[in-house]
This record gives sequence, structure tokens and C-alpha cells, in this order.
Amino acid sequence: MYAALVLVFLHGPLLVLIAFSFNANRFTLWQGFSLRWYGAAMRDAQLSEGLLNSVIIALIASAVSTVIGTLAAYGIWKRPAPLLSGAMYLSLATPEIVTGVSLLAFYQFAFRLIHLHLGMTSVIIAHVAFSIAYVAIVVSARLRNYDRSLEEAAMDLGATEWRAFFRVTLPSLAPAIAAAGLLAMVVSFDDYVITSLVAGVDSQTLPMVIYAMARRGISPVVNAVSAVVVVAFGIVILISQRLQQR
Amino acid sequence: MPAVLELRDLVKDFTGQRAVDHVSLSLETGGFYSLLGPSGCGKTTTLRMIGGFETPTSGEVLLDGANVNALKPYERDVSTVFQNYALFPHLTAFENVCFGLREKGVGDRENRAMRALDMVELASKRDRRPAQLSGGEKQRVALARSLVLEPKLLLLDEPLAALDPKLRKQMRAELKAMQRKTGITFLFVTHDQEEALSLSDKLAVMNTGRIEQFGAPEDVYLRPRTAFVAGFLGAINWFGKAGVRPESTRVCREEPSGVPCRRAAVESSLFLGSCVHINAVLEDGGRATAEMAREQNHFREGEAVWLYWEHCDELRFDEHRPQ
Amino acid sequence: MRNPALLPARIWMGMFFAAPLAIICCYGFLTRGDYGGVERPWTFENFARLIDPLYAAVVWRSIWIAGAATAFCVILGFPLALFIARAGKHAGLYLQLVLLPFWTSFLIRTYAWIFLLRDTGLVNSALESLGVIRSPLPLLYNDGAVLIGLVYNFLPFFVLPAYATIERLDPALLEAAADLGARPLSTLFRVTIPVSAPGIVAGAVLVFVPCFGAYLTPDLLGGGKSVMIGNLIQNQFTTARDWPFGSAASMLLMFASALLLAWLMRSRIGRELM
Repeated sequence: MYAALVLVFLHGPLLVLIAFSFNANRFTLWQGFSLRWYGAAMRDAQLSEGLLNSVIIALIASAVSTVIGTLAAYGIWKRPAPLLSGAMYLSLATPEIVTGVSLLAFYQFAFRLIHLHLGMTSVIIAHVAFSIAYVAIVVSARLRNYDRSLEEAAMDLGATEWRAFFRVTLPSLAPAIAAAGLLAMVVSFDDYVITSLVAGVDSQTLPMVIYAMARRGISPVVNAVSAVVVVAFGIVILISQRLQQR
Repeated sequence: MPAVLELRDLVKDFTGQRAVDHVSLSLETGGFYSLLGPSGCGKTTTLRMIGGFETPTSGEVLLDGANVNALKPYERDVSTVFQNYALFPHLTAFENVCFGLREKGVGDRENRAMRALDMVELASKRDRRPAQLSGGEKQRVALARSLVLEPKLLLLDEPLAALDPKLRKQMRAELKAMQRKTGITFLFVTHDQEEALSLSDKLAVMNTGRIEQFGAPEDVYLRPRTAFVAGFLGAINWFGKAGVRPESTRVCREEPSGVPCRRAAVESSLFLGSCVHINAVLEDGGRATAEMAREQNHFREGEAVWLYWEHCDELRFDEHRPQ
Repeated sequence: MRNPALLPARIWMGMFFAAPLAIICCYGFLTRGDYGGVERPWTFENFARLIDPLYAAVVWRSIWIAGAATAFCVILGFPLALFIARAGKHAGLYLQLVLLPFWTSFLIRTYAWIFLLRDTGLVNSALESLGVIRSPLPLLYNDGAVLIGLVYNFLPFFVLPAYATIERLDPALLEAAADLGARPLSTLFRVTIPVSAPGIVAGAVLVFVPCFGAYLTPDLLGGGKSVMIGNLIQNQFTTARDWPFGSAASMLLMFASALLLAWLMRSRIGRELM
């Protein structure tokens, strides 16, 4: 009984949000079912640009962080590296606002030496930095149950350390790596705080556009966009979790 | 011709303890050898040093006369069958067997692999994944996978430990036959003395990191060099400083003459079908077991008897006997 | 090269995580330049300003809001965790249900409350149309809204560890308590809760830390009225252009968070959960 109430509390707001994305009325009085806001969303140039940027950033950042994070998890599994592990845990524990401003300060400092400015690259670099830990955790979890003697057997049969990794360990890790990659994409796609600080003028991401719209406050276009994002995220996370169970 | 494997004064220390303590050994080509000992005696560590998975703290490992200390596992002409088989789960049996051939760039892979699978009688299951194979089948695939590479030396780390007793006996015979057929030197690690005795041309008994004796099964059983070896290879009765095997111990009601003997009280008499085991308690509180022919099943609990044996059946050692 | 697989991670984390933080730690001791830059002299003044009543209020607000959010999460979440732990084979399903909203966008989840609480939002519209009120209630842009938003977002952070600990409780303990005469309520307070204490504390810390360092929630739901440390920092680095002061505040936030979490990991509690 109580549980039901809490679950309503947890799910209610989102369901309501999604429900009202179909509201024909611009205001909160329900006036009939309509898809006009979805249409408006699709026609919105800013949203499209934001979406495109977010997708590009998410794809590149997750690809890079998946490679780096997987190698890190593997390396630590073979021989513990407390400093790196500590740094990765710390990156998860550090409040986003702090990582954000620290990267801003870093970029400003670095751009005195290299002549660049804030843009897609600065965002991608930042996204990789905070995704590595997520990837490492997912892959580490899979490695914990992995039989070490398999790599030894491979070496015994003539494979060098790297060949053993590629031919034996990597195939076993494949589902976990895919799951980690999907997680990294979601984390990157959803980020607002850090991105808003390091993005610069011409690389607006979808969360930034949504934020601006939410701040202005009225249009149900936000509801429509939210509904789509929620469903998309849900599907991706579901796939990711399935992969982790393989 | 140099020995196929020679260990010279091998030592391995882990933090706080010495696992292998100056082990020296020499194996001739084409034999079936065993390393026998209780868990923790250092036999697996020794095996791993031969395979290249541990680096010796000091001492040398020589294969065909050449020092291989610095060589990685994939550079040594030695192959290992792991205790849990370590079959690659994402590959079929056939692909598992091909694995080493691919790594070493050997030609005619498919035929060689099929021949190896034929030899272990698993050709019909070549496309099964390890998850679909039984314990015995997995073990045979692991064997085929290693043998197909025709190594100079095959190391087996307690390969039969995970099998049930009946299967174990069957696999023992198959392993022995395999070794004879291929002529490859086998080094077999086990804690089961029956296995070691029945399979080996020569066996080394290890205890706390040292080899206490290395010899043919008969030698080691009948002429053990230390009390530990005597006690590990078979049951033994201790009468003071003399050890006598149960099969050499006799029971009778009157004091025998001309042979060493002791007074005892019968504790229990177990009819085992092919023989009788009579457990008795000695005057000093110690226990002994006599193995007698099955017709001798007439001693009752509590009876006062005499245990006797031939003087030449006594085993005596310099150090104290184990508790 | 001892462990080449770790090299990319070491380089990336070193350059883009550790170095930036180090820079912030330096800036905290420097001074604001005339045009918003960062320059010498080295000083402790930034930290002194944090104790200034104006800014101390911000720190204090962060503490009490985070604390209140934690308290609500514990009070609301513990019965839920208890329920799930007793759900037997449906436990996994309920956990999924609790975690499901968590996997959607954080921004959107927070926005949902704007939609609900603003003057033209659902709650007010519903109440108005039902005739309960005549003009909209100011439900948004205050501490209360921030509190609701935080509890909503971070409840799963408490439920999960609490559930994990309760689930491991040996049922024999409860049976023993009953056998000794304890009624269900008494068993709850004298056995279940004390034995689950490590999980409860862990959950509380895991809620408190992100709430303490919250930025987006107070920003969206608090308007300008509910300034927490996160908002302060963001402000200093953008509008106010006082990077050294912002850095000092960041260091405060960082060290407080890291300390709490490190304490949790090292304590008996952390070891039990690992």
C-alpha cells in the first residue's frame, strides 16, 4: 500500500509530463489529444541543432571512453593500481559543478598556450573524462567473475599477452563492453552542468536547449521533447542491462 | 642426450613463505612422471614454474639442456592441461584445439586438429561449446588441445580431481595409453597416491617444498627413504621406531617365536570382501591395522592378541615418525 | 612499461581530471584580477569570505537542505526498502520500478516538477479548477521546491543500499526476537533497524553528498531564491567572474564530499558493503 504511494510519487511526475505532451492546449487545462507539439519540436531549428550536436558528442565521447575505460578495467584486474582506481572513484564522487568549473579553468589556462577556444572538442574531452569511470565499473564487474586461467591457457598455447587478450578475454567481455558503451552514451547525452560550462557559443547540446526552454517556462514543446528523450533513454538502458546479464 | 626437463636447485618464495625449497629433478624423454604430495607442498608451484607462469626466485629450469627461465609461456615448448581445463567458452571444441596451431602458425590446421580430436574420441562433438560438454569430455578436449602442438613436455595439474571416482579410473587408463601412444613426456601433479603409483614410470614425493624421494613406484613404496614418504604412499603401523605396512602385519592368539611382536587388543574387525582389516590397540595406546586373508575373519572385539611381522619388512628412518 | 593498458586512462585522468582540480586548488589561493582574470598575490582571503555572513548563509542553507532531503529520503525510503526486501521473488521487479525513473534524464526529471509546481502548473490548475484555491500557490522557486526535487531525484540512492542490507538480515534473528516475546513493531525498532544501521547510514551519506553539491535542482526549482553552494560556484565562474572565490568554494565542496565518502568507504560500513 505504502509502496504503491511511493511508486506513484516516483513515476507520477514523468508520466504526467509525458501525458501532457499530447495536450492540444498550450496551457495546463486538458483540451484534447494532439500531436502538434511533437510537430513543433521537429520543426524547431535549435532543437535539431542541439540534437545533432548531442548525438555527435555522445557517439565520439562514448567510443573513446569505452576504449580507455575497458583497458583501464582490464589493467587493474591484472594488477591493482590504487592511484588510478582512486582517481576514477573520485571522479564519480566529485560534484558536477566542481568538475565543470575545474575544466573551464583548465581550458582557459591551456588556451593561452594552444590557440583554441571552447567548442565541440572541449565538450567531448570533458565527456570522456567523466565517462571513463562508468565504463570501468561496468567492465570490472564482468571481470570479477572471469576465470584467470583462460588467459594463462592461451599463453601456454602460444599467444602473447596481447593476443591472449584479443582472442580470449575480449570476446568474453564483449557484452559488458557494449553495455558500458551504451551507458557512456546516455551519461554523455544527458549531461547539462559540465557541458554548459565548457561548451562555448556555437555548440549547443540538446540538454542546453531544453534547459533554456524550461527556464522560459511555457511551451509544451518541452514536454514533447522530454517524452521522446525519456523513452529513448529507457530503451537504451534496458538494452544495456540485458547485455550485462549475458 | 640431455634430459628433456631438468630442474636445478629451484626455489620460489612468496611473501612470508618459501613454497619451493631447492628442488632438483631430471626427467628422461618419453616417460610418465608424477609429482605427488599433500596440498600446499609446492607441487603446483613447481609445475607453474616449468610452464612459465611463475618466475623462480633462484635456480634454473632447463628444457632439453637449455635454460628457459627468461622465456614466457608462449615461447616454451611445454604445454599445460589446467585443473579446471580452461577451455575457451566462446569457441567450439574444434576451435579450441585449433587455437595453439593458429598462434604458432602451423599449417594443415584442420586435419591436425581433427586427428587430435579423433585420438581422444571426440570427433563427433567437434562443434559443441564447452558448456555443452561433460567433465570428462572437457578434459579430453583440453588434452587434445595441448597434445596437438606436440610439445616436448606435457604438464597436467591434477586433471582428474574434478571427476567422479569411476570416471577418474577410466581416464587414468586413457591418459596412460595416450602417453604411450604419443611418446610425449608427461609430468602429472596429484595428491592421490594411488594415481601416482599406478600411472608413473617414476614419481617424486614432495613435502613442504622439498622432494623427499624420486624413484619408481615399487622403490618408493617398498623402500621409502623418509617416514613422510612411507606414510603418504600407504598405510603404516608404527611399533616404536619400526614401521610395518598392514599387509605385512599378522595377528595370532599365542605369542609367536622368532619374529618381532607386540601385545594388542582387538578394537574392530572389518570384512572387506577380498581381505580382512583387523584394527587393534597396542599397550602404549597406539593403534595398528593388520591386513589378513579373508579366511582369517575370526578375531572378535576385545580379544587379546599378538601382532607380529618379519624383521625384513620393517621400515626404519632416522628422524622421528610423524604424529 | 609495467602496465600499458593503464596508460590511456592515466594520461586522460591526469590531464583532464587531476590537473584541472589542481588548478582550482591553486586559484583558491589567488586573487581576482580587474578584468575578471586570476592573478597574484597569494591569499587566504577567499576562504575568509566564505565565513562572511552572506556566504556562510549559503553554506548553511546547503547543509540544512541536504540534511532535510536526506532525512526525508530515509523516512520515505526505509519502509520502501523494507517492503521490497519482504517481497520475495518480486523484489527484483520492485527494484527495477524504483530505479526506472533514475535512468531517464536528470534534467527532464527536474523539469517535471516545474511543470507540476509552477503557477500555471498542474497542481495549481487542478486545485483552482476544483475550487480549493482562488489564486495560484507559490509552490515553485523556494527552498521547499528544491527539497522536493532533491528527494525525488535521490531517493533511489538511499533505497538501494538500505535494501541490500535489509535483504541480508538473517530471518532467524526475527524469529528469535518473536520467540523471546517481541511484537512486530518492537522487533522492527529493536532488531531490524539496528542491524540494518550500516546500510541506512551508507544510504544517507550517498544521498547527502550529491544533495550538498547540488546545482541543477536549486537552479531550476529554486529560481534565484534558493542559493546553494553549487549555485554560488556557478555564479562566481560566470556572471560574477570571481574565479578565485569560486575556486575556494569549490574546494570546500570537494573536500567535504570526498571526506564524507572516504569515511564511508573506510569505515566498517563501507567494508561490509563492498
